Amino acid sequence: MTRYSAFAIAREAMRQHTGWQKAWASPEPKAHYDVVIVGAGGHGLATAYYLGKNFGITNVAIIEKGWLGGGNTGRNTTIIRSNYLQDPSAAIYEKARSLYETMSQDLNYNVMFSPRGVMMLAQTEHEVRGYKRTEMANKLQGVETRFIGPAEVKRLVPIMNIEGPRYPVLGALWQARGGTARHDAVAWGYARACSAMGMHVIQNCEVIGVESVGGQVSAVATTKGTIGCNKLGIVVAGHSGHLANMAGFRLPIESVALQAMVSEPIKPAMDVVVMANTVHGYMSQSDKGEMVIGGGADHFNNYTQRGSWQHIEETVRALIETFPMLSRLKMLRQWGGIVDMTGDRSPIISKTPLGNTFINCGWGTGGFKAIPGSGWAMAELIAKGEPGSLARDFSMFRFREGRFIDESVAAGVAH
Amino acid sequence: MLLLTCPCCGVSAEETEFTNGGEAHLKRFGPGSSDADYEAYMFARKNPRGVHFERWRHAYGCGKWFLMARDTMTLEVYGAYKAQTTEPPADIQAKIKARRPEWEGYK
Repeated sequence: MTRYSAFAIAREAMRQHTGWQKAWASPEPKAHYDVVIVGAGGHGLATAYYLGKNFGITNVAIIEKGWLGGGNTGRNTTIIRSNYLQDPSAAIYEKARSLYETMSQDLNYNVMFSPRGVMMLAQTEHEVRGYKRTEMANKLQGVETRFIGPAEVKRLVPIMNIEGPRYPVLGALWQARGGTARHDAVAWGYARACSAMGMHVIQNCEVIGVESVGGQVSAVATTKGTIGCNKLGIVVAGHSGHLANMAGFRLPIESVALQAMVSEPIKPAMDVVVMANTVHGYMSQSDKGEMVIGGGADHFNNYTQRGSWQHIEETVRALIETFPMLSRLKMLRQWGGIVDMTGDRSPIISKTPLGNTFINCGWGTGGFKAIPGSGWAMAELIAKGEPGSLARDFSMFRFREGRFIDESVAAGVAH
Repeated sequence: MLLLTCPCCGVSAEETEFTNGGEAHLKRFGPGSSDADYEAYMFARKNPRGVHFERWRHAYGCGKWFLMARDTMTLEVYGAYKAQTTEPPADIQAKIKARRPEWEGYK
């Protein structure tokens, strides 16, 4: 793998760009690997990358039924933040956010991380109290956030109407070091780095069965043949329940559709990320100029990667009061992804009933921001067989034990 | 957008008139049960790719709960039936089997 650099661009410019290599290899699967990761989205690829980087395990295959980053990694609204209320969540999301800061250098791949600041609007008295509490919790956790008043909100986002009749803006929780990154590039950057370490990234290879002997997985049956493994990592987001059924256990997870959309591109209008959880909409402007808009999830089980129309209407209706200029914008594209929702709306990074199988799932509506931290914690779990400090609280058995990580109620985050 | 027909009052309407109540035919385990049974009842879900039996409520209509068989891959509704039922009616199961021969049954 040749390194990307300013010199490489200059060199290729001199020879009509004929020297660029493929970013990653596309090998046929071997019969056996030390570790097989199912799912080459951001979380799966990050898991493989940190297995190699932190633990020297490189006899690894990452298998993907579709194409790289074609699932939720390519379908989210690319928001990165770590202003969570509960300590275990703040720890792993802050780890992820800090890894995003150096990811482009680390992977030698420009993921376009843009720490432009994330603003979570408080539009009810309850939200004001909730976010002031989160601000205090973040101080104790070492996460830099600040509660700001309506005047500062207006200064940061001049296009916002802070005096809406239904939901006036009473303040906001501001995380200056949050932001966005290019989601495809995160998947591609990790894939390229994994491939450079000798790992096999295998696309268009669907898992159709899990073979186990005496409580240990021995191989996965795929559309490209049977692939043996010493350890198996399942990192498949919306399809976690499906994979768990193949492996013979059930998860506290239901899969639902979550939608997003982008507008036609316009000149720079807003240079921060705004989340409005009371009215359930969040928005940022991409580098291309599109307004990237996300809304709420559907409420019924769904694997079709498309959602119900009324959620688009609700999201747009809610945002138009806060951003009146949006009413003149046409929407260009709309799409859905299948998100895996757990009972307490917090993720799972866990051992499973099968001894050598580990699962990373349940990120629900907020997985993109967690990718590097999640991969870091999952790699440690797979390499050592036991969770480290980041993953310890996210066991799938916490539901049996009543140790919920109750973000859905406490923080009022967009779920 | 799902178009559903309530088996209680017979009204057909868009999904916004209904609310989803999650997986149907769960066996309830309450106080005094083992942790594993309670977890299985309260949290663990089939979450299938394919035929799903689920609870719905005609919230902005007659207000009644009912049960429904729906495909999570195609959003096709195979049929709705009364909530006071311990397993899916034979005619709905037969209809599903005819549409999806590989279906392994509702257990």
